[in-house]
Amino acid sequence: MDRAQKILVPLAAIVIFLVLWEFVVWVNGWPDYKMAAPSDLPPAFWKFHTLFLTMGWQTLWRTVLGLGLAVVFGTFLGMVMGFSKIARDGLYPLLVGFNAIPKATLVPVIALIFIGQHDFNTVLMAFLISFFPIAVSVGIGLSTLEPEYRDILAALGASKFTIFRKIALPKTLPEFFGALKVAVTLAFIGTNLVEIVSPHGKGLGALFLSGQTNSDYPLMFAVLIALAVLGIVLYYAVVALEKIFAGWAERSPG
Amino acid sequence: MQKFIDIRGVKHAYKTKNGPLPVLDGLDVGVGEGEFCAVVGPSGCGKSTLTRLVSGLMRPDEGAVVLDGQEVSSPRKTVGMAFQNPVMLEWRTILENVMLPLEIVAPGMGRAEKEARATHLLEMVGLKGFEKKRPSELSGGMRQRASLCRAIVHKPQVLIMDEPFGALDNFTREDLWQTMRDLRAAEPFTCILITHDLRESVFLGDQVIVLSGRPARTQYVLDVDLPADRTIDILYEPKAVAMLHLLREQIRIAQGRDGDLH
Repeated sequence: MDRAQKILVPLAAIVIFLVLWEFVVWVNGWPDYKMAAPSDLPPAFWKFHTLFLTMGWQTLWRTVLGLGLAVVFGTFLGMVMGFSKIARDGLYPLLVGFNAIPKATLVPVIALIFIGQHDFNTVLMAFLISFFPIAVSVGIGLSTLEPEYRDILAALGASKFTIFRKIALPKTLPEFFGALKVAVTLAFIGTNLVEIVSPHGKGLGALFLSGQTNSDYPLMFAVLIALAVLGIVLYYAVVALEKIFAGWAERSPG
Repeated sequence: MQKFIDIRGVKHAYKTKNGPLPVLDGLDVGVGEGEFCAVVGPSGCGKSTLTRLVSGLMRPDEGAVVLDGQEVSSPRKTVGMAFQNPVMLEWRTILENVMLPLEIVAPGMGRAEKEARATHLLEMVGLKGFEKKRPSELSGGMRQRASLCRAIVHKPQVLIMDEPFGALDNFTREDLWQTMRDLRAAEPFTCILITHDLRESVFLGDQVIVLSGRPARTQYVLDVDLPADRTIDILYEPKAVAMLHLLREQIRIAQGRDGDLH
C-alpha cells in the first residue's frame, strides 16, 4: 500500500497536470505555434528520438560532471568557512556577490576566455552556478556544531581532523544533501545557459534552438519536458544517495 | 597532602567586549582518588568553567589544576565527560555511540573487544536489547544512560559530569542516581559532578562543594558521611535533611553576594 502510494500519487499528479494543460490549450483553441499541447509531444519525441538520446546524454554528462566538481569544491570551501571565522568573514561577501551575478552574463565572458572549448565551458558553467548552496550549507553545518559534540572527543585529545571525520562531517550530511538537491537543478540551468546562449550544436539546448529556428514549437516544448525529466531523474538519484548516507536523519512520522 | 584532583587558587576570566569577566576567583577543590565530589552553586557562577579546566580543554589564568600529581595543561585520554545534553551521534547505533571513546583512546583494540565492553556497560545501566537502536528511538532518560556508558567506557580516571540529569523528570532522575551509584560500585572512578540539585549532591556525593556567586570561590565544603550503599529513602532521614538545610542556607548566602542574579 505504502509503496504503491509512493508511485501512484505522483503519477496521478502528473496525469492531472497533463490533462489540465491539454484542456486549457483546447478550450482556448491555441494553434501549436502559440502553445503546444501534451498530445503534440509524443510525435515530436518520436520524430527526433535519436537526437533526443544523443543530445540528452551530452546535457546529462556535462551537468553531472559540473555538479561533481561543485560538490568537491563546495565542500572544501564550506570546510574552510566552517572552521575559520576569518575565512568566513573574508569569503562571504565575495561569494554572495558572485552568486548575485546573473550567470547568463558570464556565458559570453567564458566563451571568450576559452574559445571553442565547448564541453569545458559547459561543465564550468554548471559548476559555477551550483557550488554556492553546497559551500554555504556545509559552512553553516560546521560552524553551528554544538560545542558539546566537539568536546566529547576534544576532551580525549582527539585531533581536529578526527573530530571532523567522526562528528562534524556525518552531522552535516543532512544539510549537505538538502543543498545538493538545490544544486542539481541549478546545474541543469548552467548547462543549458551555455548550450542556448553560446550555440555550439551540442546538448538539449541546441535542440531547443533548432526548434526555434524552424518554428517547430512542439519540438521546443518536447525539449523542455525532456529537461524536466532529466532534472527529476537526477534529483531522485540524490534522494537515493541521501537515503543511504543520511537516512538516519529521517524521523518516522508521528 | 596533595589530593588526586587538586585545584588550588584558580582564577579565570573570560574576555568580553566590555573587558574581562572574572568567573573564578580563589577556587580550591581537593578530591581523593575514587571520591565523588558534587559541586553546587548559583546559576552562572562558573561551574561549567570548572569542568573545562579539569578536562584540560582550558587553562586557568592563575593557579593550578593537578590531576594524579601532574599539572593539567591539555586534554588527556584518562578523562570521561557527560553533559546535560546526552550528545548522541544520531547516525550511530547506541552501541556504536558508546564505543566512540575507545576508537580514540584505544585504536588498536579489536572491534569484538570494544563491543563486549560497551555491551557490558549498557547491560549494567538497563539498556540490554537496545544496542542496535538509533538514539532517536530512545527516551531522554535512556539516552542519558547511554551517554553515561560512553563517558566511562574507556575506564577513565576521572569522570566529569555537567548537570547530566538536569533535563530529566524527577522520577527518571532518581532512577539515574541509583544507576550512577551502582556504576560506581562496579567501576571505581573519581568523579566531579556539577549540579543544581541539592538532593542529588547529597545522594551521590562524598563531599559537596558550594561555590559562591560569580566570580566563584570555594565557599563551603560539606563532608557527606552517609553509607556508600545509599537508597533514595536516606534523603528523608534527619541526618540528610539537616545537610540539605545547611546547603540551602549556603546557596542563599552565595546568591546574596551577587544580588543581580535573582
